[in-house]
Amino acid sequence: MSHVLLLPILLPLLAAVVCVAGQKRGLAFQRPVSLAATVALPLVAAVLVASAAQGEISSYAMGAWPAPFGIVLVLDRLSAAMVMLTSVLALPALIYSLAGADAKGRSFHALFQFQLAGLNGAFLTGDIFNLFVFFEVLLGASYGLLAHGGGLLRARASITYIVLNLAGSTLFLIALAFIYGTLGTLNIADLARVLPQVPPSDQALVRTAFALLVIVFALKAALLPLSFWLPLAYGAAIAPVAALFAVLTKVGIYALLRISGIVLNSAEFTVSLFDPWLVPVAITTIAVGAIGVLAAPRLSVVVAYLVVVSTGTLLSVITVLDTASTAAVIYYMLHSTLATGGFFLLADAIANQRGDRGDKLERGPHVRDLKVLGSAFLVLAVAVSGMPPLSGFLGKVMLMQAVQSSEWVEAIWPALLVSSLVVGLALARQVSVLFWEPIADEPRPVYPPPSRLRATAVVALVAASPILTLATGSVSAYARAAAEQLVARQGYIDAVLGTTPQIIRERRPR
Amino acid sequence: MELMISLGIGLLTASGIYLILRERTFSVILGITLLSYATNLLIFVSGRLVLGAPPLVVPGQAQHTDSIPQALVLTAIVISFGMTAYIVALALRAKGESGTDHVDAEERPR
Repeated sequence: MSHVLLLPILLPLLAAVVCVAGQKRGLAFQRPVSLAATVALPLVAAVLVASAAQGEISSYAMGAWPAPFGIVLVLDRLSAAMVMLTSVLALPALIYSLAGADAKGRSFHALFQFQLAGLNGAFLTGDIFNLFVFFEVLLGASYGLLAHGGGLLRARASITYIVLNLAGSTLFLIALAFIYGTLGTLNIADLARVLPQVPPSDQALVRTAFALLVIVFALKAALLPLSFWLPLAYGAAIAPVAALFAVLTKVGIYALLRISGIVLNSAEFTVSLFDPWLVPVAITTIAVGAIGVLAAPRLSVVVAYLVVVSTGTLLSVITVLDTASTAAVIYYMLHSTLATGGFFLLADAIANQRGDRGDKLERGPHVRDLKVLGSAFLVLAVAVSGMPPLSGFLGKVMLMQAVQSSEWVEAIWPALLVSSLVVGLALARQVSVLFWEPIADEPRPVYPPPSRLRATAVVALVAASPILTLATGSVSAYARAAAEQLVARQGYIDAVLGTTPQIIRERRPR
Repeated sequence: MELMISLGIGLLTASGIYLILRERTFSVILGITLLSYATNLLIFVSGRLVLGAPPLVVPGQAQHTDSIPQALVLTAIVISFGMTAYIVALALRAKGESGTDHVDAEERPR
């Protein structure tokens, strides 16, 4: 594999550095730089997806240090798909921000690009400590982005968010210390190779270490009881940032997929790490998310709770990590990220036309672009609630088919179906409050001038779900192939370690 | 030596967790700092405690220290240092805006 594998990380990193260096020249300088990098990213991702779709897993040793001694980047179908998802979401979010949101504070573009570099790095890395570093890059950028725009609400939400994530990072490091202390390696493929040889005396410690790691990923993915930070943080962020954050929780789910698919499933004593508890917890997450969707006071908070629901939906299926369920999880992940990301932008577009009431769910003035906003709302509501005919419905069908033979099927099916119903009901009620019952004698607010940038961004993300629906055949075939690659596991290990001669390890002192 | 290190890590972790659960941002940040100290020590000893040995393979020298945890801990220190600096700045701004250093940015009636 050529150096193309580095581009999804290098490109945003370079753009971020240029933006920082050109801070004094103002937005007129930063905007084109940031936009150019973000436009180039889907093209790079397309090259990566095309290369990964051939079925070959490519590994790139940084600085030519062979694995497991150096850090490797690994491109398989799953990581290529995630990079693609990030870049496809980032472009509309950035375009939306160009309409003025980026001017509300300093360094928006640099932080945005750092965030992209962190996201792509986390998806591509084949080393678990490097995963931690990229987590910190993307979290560090997200701390800045969350506070972007100022105000007490955001400062307060930021403090909660940062403290929680710093505690999460601490747990991550503790887990890594135990993993290195017992297994002597941090390379994901090498971990999978070493894990079956762990002596019984160390097995409890290794299990604990991986359990801590799973907790960290559950915190990032906002799994109950570690999900209460999410509505606060996502509800407080400005719209383009919240839209980009839609993929942030998916990093946790991706990491869970990767670690359980490649590492945990390779040894008898770690394969059942999720077993008794993940499904009940995920179903409770769905329930709490659905209640939040019903009870939220503002539209952006509603969307934040929709993210929680999608986390629960995805993780309820992850216990059965076979090809069908993994493929369904990948497809639903693509769908729910784009749909919730688009919903954050739409919520802001609606709020802009409601004067002081903003996105509060109460009767208010007429919105100007009733037809456009209403239709966009309809499309997204159908998509996220999982009604036919859009991608949400297809994704849910795939998820439900995948768990058909699971022992949890009696719990998962009702949870998925009832959550669809509740989300659909809640969104229907919100439509009538926002659009259909304007207060007749309330003076119309001063509408902001129409913005072509905002409209383009919203339409692009709203159209993502119908496009995904039309392309379901090829996307789900790709997801299936990606799942096969992940479940097969040996291909990944060989691709990373294959060229290294037999590694001789000294026995660790006990 | 092992006992001392593990007691030290335990004490730092316990104090860190206690402070994180306090209601003032200052104590919470102190707690985060203590927790990161504990983690750094833990990472450091994950390569096992070896006294008086170089972190390199020197010809003729029987013992050497595992150098990877030292590299890892360096990364972890830099990251936690940067993040702590940021949250201090943010906490100061929140205090400036709300007039209180309560984590909820408002005083609870007592």
